[in-house]
Amino acid sequence: MGAEEDKKLIIDTLKCKTLKTKFYLKDFNNMFPDRSPREVSKLVNKMVAEGLLEYWSSGSTTMIGLKGAGIQHETEDCKE
Amino acid sequence: MAKRKTPMLDELEKGKWPSFVSDIRQEAEWRNQTDVDLQTPKEVCDDLLDLLELSLKDQEGHWKHGGVAGVFGYGGGVIGRYCDQPEQFPAIKDFHTLRVNQPSSYFYKTEFLRQMCELWERRGSGITNMHGSTGDIILLGTTTPQLEEVFWELTHNLNQDLGGSGSNLRSPNCCIGKSRCEFACYDTQEACRNFTMEYQDELHRPSFGYKFKMKFDGCPNGCVASIARSDMSVIGTWKDDIRIDQEAVRAYVGGEFKPDGGAHAGRDWGPFDIVKEVIDLCPTHCMGWNGNKLGINNKECNRCMHCINTMPRALRIGTETGASILFGAKAPILEGAQLSTLTIPFMPMEEPFNELKELIEKIWDWWSEEGRSRERLGELMQRKGFAKFLEVCEVKPDPRMIKEPRSNPYIFWKEADIPGGWERDIKDFRKRHQK
Repeated sequence: MGAEEDKKLIIDTLKCKTLKTKFYLKDFNNMFPDRSPREVSKLVNKMVAEGLLEYWSSGSTTMIGLKGAGIQHETEDCKE
Repeated sequence: MAKRKTPMLDELEKGKWPSFVSDIRQEAEWRNQTDVDLQTPKEVCDDLLDLLELSLKDQEGHWKHGGVAGVFGYGGGVIGRYCDQPEQFPAIKDFHTLRVNQPSSYFYKTEFLRQMCELWERRGSGITNMHGSTGDIILLGTTTPQLEEVFWELTHNLNQDLGGSGSNLRSPNCCIGKSRCEFACYDTQEACRNFTMEYQDELHRPSFGYKFKMKFDGCPNGCVASIARSDMSVIGTWKDDIRIDQEAVRAYVGGEFKPDGGAHAGRDWGPFDIVKEVIDLCPTHCMGWNGNKLGINNKECNRCMHCINTMPRALRIGTETGASILFGAKAPILEGAQLSTLTIPFMPMEEPFNELKELIEKIWDWWSEEGRSRERLGELMQRKGFAKFLEVCEVKPDPRMIKEPRSNPYIFWKEADIPGGWERDIKDFRKRHQK
């Protein structure tokens, strides 16, 4: 698969998940069982730099989701 | 001052100990009076104190769990903090933490500290934590629009980078090393800087399933406590014998030199007793004193450092120095606190540290492949077993890796290791063994 196809696979897979908006890096590794985790993390980090994905951090753990999905800065101070 | 009454916080200012409440109040007062062009709300410290009082009253925290906050290109160094009572405390509705990569061994110029404090009072809350457990300079509390501004000024004006947070390599940390300490067995500052620069990508962008810490202790005294606090502990050690200056030993015994460099001088402990205070305290009983000469059976020495610490003018570390490499320490998460496990008894520590880098990269690959989300390396080692870990490291088992015989065995034979495999001819066996 080419880089664009890989990105599409990630985006399509994340869009299918309706209950969750943030994912562990491991979830991305599972999308590419034949690739090394290092390659996958580089791809994910590239997609963050391109504005397709974004990080969420608790301080100790980092999760990754589609850019704009789930709770964002603008909505943090809104009542749920 | 706080906008409301804070009786519980007032209690935290009583007594003889320094109080963080007093410190925050001092900063709040300064912010209310200053003519500096503050880029964050003037009332941040007031609101912070009021929120803390509310948390103590409610007996629950009022911070949300993490958030989407960061600076462009980085996946670490910024920890999103949002208050769950933004209407009551608008000045701290977003109050993000920044981790700034500390210089090795915390050597600062006062000029740098002034610049950093000025920046943080102007663009943040003015509250810092010097330093966090991982070693970083912690800047506590700024708003989202200020994150990029602080980052720009830190990197361009102060020549300082953000540290690690989240599922990244955390900022490597080291003891004071050869710059001030005669016990240092390798240059910890050089190692710390070299690894920090080599692994910039892992430090700034999440590459793992969870955090990974590395710490560099120059000797087994372990001043950065790497054995308890890091996934990879690099602890200085030596291969040859402890160097003994017999004349200086006699000078300690004669009272000419004070033991422990003159520490414990608060009361009269009586004259120095080398047998009681050194020989009998040796954990491996490898020392002897005949009234004139000190002897050490170096093969039995387990590098506890007690004798060297007590008589530093008489005893010195050996000359063939390097480091022991241990893996897998962590604070309690799943199964309680765990110290790191000795994996490489001795490794020379010379720049560019390629041997150690090759090892760590093998381990990272395995951890990324086999580790679960939020599983520390030490937990994976426990789950898969030390034998598997050694296989990954391509290291042979060594008696120095186990604490004592039969207490923590991990060596299992594989069929390929046995001549003829597991299959045996039962008739042939019965020729030699009756039923």
